[in-house]
Amino acid sequence: MKSLEEFVVLFAEQFDDTDASEITAATVFHDLDEWSSIIGLTLIAMVDEEFGVALKGDDVKTSVTVEDLYNKVLAYLK
Amino acid sequence: MYNPFSLKGKTILVTGASSGIGAATAVECSKMGANVIVTGRNEERLKKTFDHLDISFGANHLMIIADLADETSVNSLVEQTGILDGVVNNAGVNRVKPVTFIKQDDFDYVFQSNAWAAVNLTRSLCRKKKLRKNSSIVFTSSVSAFFNAPGRALYAGSKAALTAFMRSFAVELSDKGIRANAVHPGLVETKLIAENLTEEELQNNLKEYPLNRFGKPEDVAWAIIYLLSDASAWVTGTSMIVDGGFMLK
Ligand SMILES: NC(=O)c1ccc[n+]([C@@H]2O[C@H](COP(=O)([O-])OP(=O)(O)OC[C@H]3O[C@@H](n4cnc5c(N)ncnc54)[C@H](OP(=O)(O)O)[C@@H]3O)[C@@H](O)[C@H]2O)c1
Repeated sequence: MKSLEEFVVLFAEQFDDTDASEITAATVFHDLDEWSSIIGLTLIAMVDEEFGVALKGDDVKTSVTVEDLYNKVLAYLK
Repeated sequence: MYNPFSLKGKTILVTGASSGIGAATAVECSKMGANVIVTGRNEERLKKTFDHLDISFGANHLMIIADLADETSVNSLVEQTGILDGVVNNAGVNRVKPVTFIKQDDFDYVFQSNAWAAVNLTRSLCRKKKLRKNSSIVFTSSVSAFFNAPGRALYAGSKAALTAFMRSFAVELSDKGIRANAVHPGLVETKLIAENLTEEELQNNLKEYPLNRFGKPEDVAWAIIYLLSDASAWVTGTSMIVDGGFMLK
């Protein structure tokens, strides 16, 4: 099972112009300049690939921080 | 009564009849006088469609469970259908993925379900001589065959492929008088979109529809009925957009 730290790294990899140092567990990701609905789709695909979990668009929408999203992934795995 | 759009006396096979557009098409075809053969995988939902078919014309409807991804199942479906006047290749799936994350099994699943399944069934029906002279084949494609949005590559690609195959069937079956056409719906309120779009996405999408609503399954069914009926006797290889004006934008 991947840790929160590993999730943060995978999360940051989906961005091109945002430095990985800007993304932590507490980052309010919808506020990032580079944030877009396409990155949202990419995150869903990344979670599917890495965790075998099919997140819904709403899971991304209602998560505030990176950690929130990680917790949603965990909830599906329970 | 004079009605060139009637399906009276025609036998029509409808795939994906256990849900959404296929279910509405089956029911509307029966109301237009057709004998309808409904097929799908989910027995409970297929039975529900079957029970809604209009029997007031004394029609002899039939229900056949079949998985179009399974060759044995397709062969048995083709065995069980009598001679047909029309086929509606409507079964389909969606899988949303950005192109950079698509894997071979995603590609296989969507292209198999949306393109190959319809091609294979139609091909088998032709080979077994189940399609009467002057019969009509209709494919449910999508506006996605012409237009794209993020995450829809697999769906768009498979529907564009399906549409190209439709035109090949139209060319190659024309000397038998068999016609092939496609309908291309915009967003229709069915479980396919309920499972794939969030409430927010739906609200944003609505702004793209000049007629200010999403489709009802019947809106598509009526276009399919036109293409099945003798009213479209001189129409083949065509793509009919049924989208509330979406493609105007
Ligand atoms: N809804 C839209 O906005 C929209 C827009 C454009 C085009 N379309 C197209 O319209 C068609 C119908 O869509 P819908 O919205 O009515 O979808 P739906 O409610 O999800 O129904 C899909 C149907 O396809 C059947 N199906 C899928 N895979 C199958 C397989 N391997 N073997 C047999 N049956 C299979 C399902 O059967 P079971 O349930 O029995 O498994 C179900 O009856 C699809 O081709 C779709 O791509 C839909």
